[in-house]
Amino acid sequence: MTTTSTHPFPLPPLRIAGFELKSRLVTGTGKYRDYEAMQRALDASGCDVVTVAVRRERLVDAAGRSLLDFLDLERYTILPNTAGCFSADDAVRVARLGREILDSVDNPGKGWVKLEVLGDRKTLLPDPVGTLEACRELVKDGFTVLCYSSDDPIMAVRLRDAGAASVMPAGSPIGSGRGVANPANIQLILELLKVASSGGEPSYPVIVDAGVGTPSDITLAMELGADGVLLNTGIAHAQDPVRMAHAMRLALESGYHGLRSGRIGRKLHASASSPWEGSIASVVIPGE
Amino acid sequence: MYARPIARSIAPVTPTEELTIELNGRPHAVVAGTTLADLVARTLPNARAFAVEVNRRVVPRRELAERRVAPGDSIEIVTLVGGG
Repeated sequence: MTTTSTHPFPLPPLRIAGFELKSRLVTGTGKYRDYEAMQRALDASGCDVVTVAVRRERLVDAAGRSLLDFLDLERYTILPNTAGCFSADDAVRVARLGREILDSVDNPGKGWVKLEVLGDRKTLLPDPVGTLEACRELVKDGFTVLCYSSDDPIMAVRLRDAGAASVMPAGSPIGSGRGVANPANIQLILELLKVASSGGEPSYPVIVDAGVGTPSDITLAMELGADGVLLNTGIAHAQDPVRMAHAMRLALESGYHGLRSGRIGRKLHASASSPWEGSIASVVIPGE
Repeated sequence: MYARPIARSIAPVTPTEELTIELNGRPHAVVAGTTLADLVARTLPNARAFAVEVNRRVVPRRELAERRVAPGDSIEIVTLVGGG
C-alpha cells in the first residue's frame, strides 16, 4: 500500500482543547465483521483517534475476546461516546463511566467524550435540549466535550456557548450513507463558529460526524471547511473496509487541500485549455 | 464482663447469609459482606478495562475493595465495546 506521509503538503494536526489529532479522520470501531478486519481498516484510515461505546459487561462471556485486546492503546487515543443515551442524565452517567474505564488503562481519552443524546430510535437524530443540558453538566465536570449535533446552525452556536470543545454536526443521520444532506447548513455552522466577523473563532474545531457513505462525502465536507470528519459505518460496512478506509483517508486530504488551493470560479461558458493561436482549423469556428 | 466474648464465640455463625442486589439489570444474590472488588472478581475473572457504578454513581477503582454491597443496590459493571 502506498503511503502519503512523504508528500509535500502534510496536513497540520487538529487541536481540540488539550488534544492534538495527527489525523483529521476519526474512525469508529463498531459494526466490523470481526476485530481483525477492524484493526486493518483503522490502520488503513491513518486515524489516531477512535471512538468506542460503553456497555454492560457480558457476565457470562468474561473469557471472550474484548475490543481493547485489539486496540493498541499506545497508538490510539480512545474517544468514548454516549451512544444509546436518550436522556441527559444517562449521557452524563455513561461519560463518567467511560472516563473511569479509560483512567484504569491510562489512556489520554479519559479527558474527553463524544456526547450524543438521541431523541428517536428510528432516526437517531439528536435531542437538542438533552444534548445542551448534558453538555453543560459535563463541561462543569471537567470534560472536553465533543458534541454531536444536528446540522442546525443556531444549535451549534448554543453548544459552543455551553462550552463544547468541538461541535460535530451530522452530515445526515447516523449510518444512513446519505453524505452531507444540507451543505448550506454546514456552511452556515462553519461561518458562525469559525469566521471572526460572524462571532466565530478560526481555530474552533468543527467536525462533520455521521452519514458518510462514500469518499466524496468527506471531500465535500472538507471543501466546505470542516476541520475533520468522523465516520464508522461507511468504512465498517463497505464490502472491502480496508480499501474503503484508505479511500476515505485520501478523500479527506483531497478536500483539505482543494479548499486551500483557490478553486476556479464556475462559469457558464467553456475556457479552452489549449491555445487558439496556431490551430490549423480550416473552417469558420462556430460561435467566434 | 466475661459473658459477652464467650457468648459470641458460641453463637451460630451465618456466613452464607445472602442479600439480593441488581447487577447489570438483573437480580443477583451475593453473600453478605461482599465487596465490589469481590463481585468483580467473581463475575468477571478476566476483566481488564471496566468501571463500576452503584446506584447511578461511579465508584472509583481504589474504593472497590472497601465498599461493601448493600441490599437492593443497583450495580452496573461496564466495559468498552465497538462503537461510532
